[in-house]
Amino acid sequence: MSTIIKTEKLVYTYEGAEAPTLRGLDLEIEEGTFVAVLGHNGSGKSTLAKHLNGILIPTSGRVLVDGMDTAEEQNLLAVRHTVGMVFQNPDNQIVANVVEDDVAFGPENLGIEPREIRRRVDDALTSVQMYEYRNHAPHLLSGGQKQRVAIAGILAMKPRCIVLDEPTAMLDPVGRGEVLDTITRLNRQEGITVILVTHHMEECIGADRLLVMSEGSILMDGSPRELFPRVEEMEAAHLGVPDTTRLMYALNREGYQLPLEAITTEECAQALLRAFGHKE
Amino acid sequence: MLKDITLGQYYPGDTLVHRLDPRTKLILTLIYIAALFTAIVYAGYALVVLFLAVSILLSRIRLRNILSGLKPLIIIVLITGILNLFYTKGEHLLVHFWRISIYWEGVETAIFMALRIMLLIAGTLLLTYTTSPLQLTDGLESLLNPLKKIRVPVHELAMMMSIALRFIPTLIEETDKIMSAQRARGADFETGGLIAKAKAMLPLLIPLFVSAFRRADELATAMESRCYHGGEGRTRMKQLSMARRDWIALAVGVLLLALVILFRRLGI
Repeated sequence: MSTIIKTEKLVYTYEGAEAPTLRGLDLEIEEGTFVAVLGHNGSGKSTLAKHLNGILIPTSGRVLVDGMDTAEEQNLLAVRHTVGMVFQNPDNQIVANVVEDDVAFGPENLGIEPREIRRRVDDALTSVQMYEYRNHAPHLLSGGQKQRVAIAGILAMKPRCIVLDEPTAMLDPVGRGEVLDTITRLNRQEGITVILVTHHMEECIGADRLLVMSEGSILMDGSPRELFPRVEEMEAAHLGVPDTTRLMYALNREGYQLPLEAITTEECAQALLRAFGHKE
Repeated sequence: MLKDITLGQYYPGDTLVHRLDPRTKLILTLIYIAALFTAIVYAGYALVVLFLAVSILLSRIRLRNILSGLKPLIIIVLITGILNLFYTKGEHLLVHFWRISIYWEGVETAIFMALRIMLLIAGTLLLTYTTSPLQLTDGLESLLNPLKKIRVPVHELAMMMSIALRFIPTLIEETDKIMSAQRARGADFETGGLIAKAKAMLPLLIPLFVSAFRRADELATAMESRCYHGGEGRTRMKQLSMARRDWIALAVGVLLLALVILFRRLGI
């Protein structure tokens, strides 16, 4: 598989700040993977996300999107067409008064022909299961629905990669589930590269690859199954582990032999059943 | 609740008037206003009133809604009427007492001026009642397009207008929230005189402004992320298109203006 995003010694210092927020990141992201970026507040994860489609430009080092340097002004439109971005607050990224008009905003900016825009808008809204709401006013939708409209707005531009910067932070558990299901499906079925920035461990369970960030560097890089069992290291980065791992970790300290890499609820239940199920 | 405020007074519907292209309606309104100010004789006025009456009937907007829209202007109409009544001089003296004299011509002008203002407002109300704010913005942008040549930022103005419309309900919701929060801390928005009330608004307005600026900043970033780079090279999903009914409506409008001018010349 080919590399879609590459960072080379990426350093970023906010204006007026003394210490850099990102301290020389080297990162390669394969096309078609689902990457979760996990980190506590101030770890630099959002700053990293903003570099991936040229909202921020590195203080030093480079960010290459499909080989294009984001620091070059003439690449910016193509970069943003390749990597779409969904933000935390759904209210502040919806532009139009009607759901379908908002989804059309991106393709309209790209200068696509009206009939093709219509088709893309319908496809994108169907894909996030919001088609029947196409004529609604956005402010009457729930948080999860608004966020799915925002995702549709990006999908309609047909990006190869979608970066989501804490898309569930302002949502209730139902809305969070809707958004997660949607992005997982987009990755699995449509092969779109997904980069999910979050501080919820549970949201990382379905990812192919997990990047743990702390103090502007990448602390751990591997699959969630490899990383979550390293409970002590995760806690050292001021992060917890999913409830499933926490439960088995606690049991193991009481002398049981449970597999820490059983991170999904289903796997965890099966492991517990094997360990305790037949000892009545 | 603040949330229940409806905006732009648009009454959704599916009548001939609603379906007309917003550009047609804007131009027709201009023609109508021109005709209204050209008409100085009875026949001309009758024609303008007839045109408005037919439009209202076709739009199925209730007369009650139009009248309630006129209500805030009743004082202006009255003042205009009274001034014209007293200050117009003519040949046919009706009443004379102390230093005031009222002429027949004064009565006539007073009625015509009052009628003219009411017709003017009623016509523009019909436009906003039957056209959604978004359609109006689109129509305006399209009509003003030629001004781009002399560097008027038509697209930017239209975009600003539609974003303002989009955020009004969001900001109203937020005002509601801040008001509740301040009330819970003992703020009092209802009692006191004008100055006390204005002062009480301060702790409401400051957080609202701060948040509006933050929203604007985030929205700008989100728009740029979606490849927004001004009006150049931009297409629209929903194209405005002139149907046959639009051309017919415009033809009726031109005919109206022509007849009103003719009547004026003939002095009927």
